[in-house]
Amino acid sequence: MSLFSKLKEGLNKTRQNLTQRLGALLAGSSRLDDDFFDELEEILLTADVGARTSMELVERLRREIKDRKITDPAAVGSLLEEEVARMLGEEAPRLSWAPSPPTVILVVGVNGAGKTTTIGKLAYQLGREGKKVILAAADTFRAAAGEQLAIWAGRAGASLIRHQAGADPAAVVYDAIQSARNRRADVVLVDTAGRLQTKTNLMEELKKIRRVMERELPGAPHEVLLVLDATTGQNALSQARLFSEAVGVTGIVLTKLDGTAKGGVVLAIAAEMGIPVKLVGLGEGLDDLKEFQPREFAAALFSGLAGEKEE
Amino acid sequence: MAVFASLADKLQETFKKLRAKGKLTEADVNTAVREIRLALLEADVNFKVVKDFINRVKERAVGQEVMRSLTPGQQVVKIVHEELTALMGGSESKINWASQPPTVIMLVGLQGAGKTTTAAKLARLVQNQGRRPLLVAADVYRPAAIKQLQVLGEQLKVPVFSMGEGNSPVDIARAAVEHARKFGSNPVILDTAGRLHINEAMMAELAAIKEAVNPQEILLVVDAMTGQDAVQVASAFHQQLGLTGVILTKLDGDTRGGAALSVRAVTGCPIKFTGVGEKTEALETFHPDRLASRILGMGDVLSLIEKA
Ligand SMILES: Nc1nc2c(ncn2[C@@H]2O[C@H](COP(=O)(O)OP(=O)(O)OP(=O)(O)O)[C@@H](O)[C@H]2O)c(=O)[nH]1
Ligand SMILES: Nc1nc2c(ncn2[C@@H]2O[C@H](COP(=O)(O)OP(=O)(O)OP(=O)(O)O)[C@@H](O)[C@H]2O)c(=O)[nH]1
Ligand SMILES: [Mg+2]
Ligand SMILES: [Mg+2]
Repeated sequence: MSLFSKLKEGLNKTRQNLTQRLGALLAGSSRLDDDFFDELEEILLTADVGARTSMELVERLRREIKDRKITDPAAVGSLLEEEVARMLGEEAPRLSWAPSPPTVILVVGVNGAGKTTTIGKLAYQLGREGKKVILAAADTFRAAAGEQLAIWAGRAGASLIRHQAGADPAAVVYDAIQSARNRRADVVLVDTAGRLQTKTNLMEELKKIRRVMERELPGAPHEVLLVLDATTGQNALSQARLFSEAVGVTGIVLTKLDGTAKGGVVLAIAAEMGIPVKLVGLGEGLDDLKEFQPREFAAALFSGLAGEKEE
Repeated sequence: MAVFASLADKLQETFKKLRAKGKLTEADVNTAVREIRLALLEADVNFKVVKDFINRVKERAVGQEVMRSLTPGQQVVKIVHEELTALMGGSESKINWASQPPTVIMLVGLQGAGKTTTAAKLARLVQNQGRRPLLVAADVYRPAAIKQLQVLGEQLKVPVFSMGEGNSPVDIARAAVEHARKFGSNPVILDTAGRLHINEAMMAELAAIKEAVNPQEILLVVDAMTGQDAVQVASAFHQQLGLTGVILTKLDGDTRGGAALSVRAVTGCPIKFTGVGEKTEALETFHPDRLASRILGMGDVLSLIEKA
């Protein structure tokens, strides 16, 4: 199954609602008047794009429509898609790799966002590409977090570095990096405990993990992924801001896009902070992690508009 | 966030300017209403709920109480706060007990919402009331879900009923209630697997559990950070199961928690508890007025209102 159709499948419910509404709006409007733009704003709000970003987007659309002298409401669909894709960045952003192995990827996020599952899926994919993967169980806090990661390591065929419950997470990371060196592993994926971004002591713990990485392996971490639950509303902005301040987020993984949530808040994050979405989670299975494609994401969100063909 | 942290200030400012003109008009109130709308949306209150709400506030605001007031800004804040509090319903942190023990409490919700942790928190709460709860591991899907509940049960010295991953959750639930009856455990707290509200097979499984053990409480566990989709999620769970209450988790962060309003509006079910941390003691009763202040981003709203 191609990424596009998988993504579309995942976004199916989402798109139906959004598209149905937009479709009705486009078909039912004969003029691009204030009501039209109000309705458009509402549709964006439903997708968690947020009040400010929605207003900005609608403003920008109004300007474009004026500049290009567009009078047909039906043409607005493709224009909207264009704007959204532009906001998310034109290129599909890739994971960064160390010039020479091992590459260290630190995975952070609030409680229950999908960090451990994402690591399991990613380990599986990298393993299938022939890479030697080590998982570091640096969540030593949550009940059975280590056991959970161990099961994923087994499924993915990756090695696991794990200490006992309550151990210092930075020590786990230290061990994992030594082990990666000794065993000539390609990638170290570091699973951290979920934490709310406002908890200063827990954010300090993350900083310490990062410092250990930097000290033990110059250039590490090569990627700091913030895992965001697509169901999350505007708090995701605070998450992006505070995790970035603490450990320098380089990319977002948007999980649980197989539900009806749209994850529209990533638009606001892209607009305000320029952090790209790199991966999307579309389920709980090994294969349910995909690369994020801005154009396809926007297209999947708004397809069916402007006479675009459904596949 | 900071922009909206001062909705109260903003409203006061708006009205101060307006008052310089001598008298307030409906258009003036509209300006204030726009600010309120924005604040609610940024707090993740569902936009439809916002719409209805705004209309109600406007009706009251253009009425005598604001127009005649010397402090219209504070009056509007007061009205908004009152309406929000009313919308969220009274405080009702009580569990419905069965006339014939054991009482069965079933926790349901999306993946990662906090069901397993909340199950342990509830066990601790009722244990402190002198009861003998039984935790039931009815999540056979998530890796190490059973182990997670067992670790929590061990910490609390609460027994955990489990039949491994090879049995259906319906059979596990039925057997657990049997077990509780035999050994005098009460209540029986069922931890179910996280699932999407659009997954028909998984939703049917919950309905089958309900059918099998007839729970007194079916509580939807909702992440307080949930956005606009809370409405879809809550209505799907409510339609298919008939919820008896809601537990709002992860309120220990900086989320405004506007989803609470949406969930309440859609289901009409009381919010019974809130989760305010990862530890098993971090369960609190729900205070509608506090959440109203929080949604509006006004910690000092109460003192303001007293002056109004
Ligand atoms: N439907 C769906 N569920 C997901 C996805 N990703 C993760 N989950 C589920 O979400 C729940 C939480 O996932 P975890 O990987 O444990 O989340 P976490 O961030 O590691 O959680 P903590 O370590 O407790 O903070 C689990 O039930 C996962 O199966 C996804 O893309 N889609
Ligand atoms: N900060 C905070 N974390 C919480 C709260 N409640 C639960 N958590 C955390 O949220 C994460 C997910 O909690 P779980 O209890 O595993 O959630 P779940 O709904 O059982 O997840 P699944 O079984 O995968 O669907 C864990 O890291 C918990 O420690 C809360 O009130 N505050
Ligand atoms: Mg985890
Ligand atoms: Mg669970």
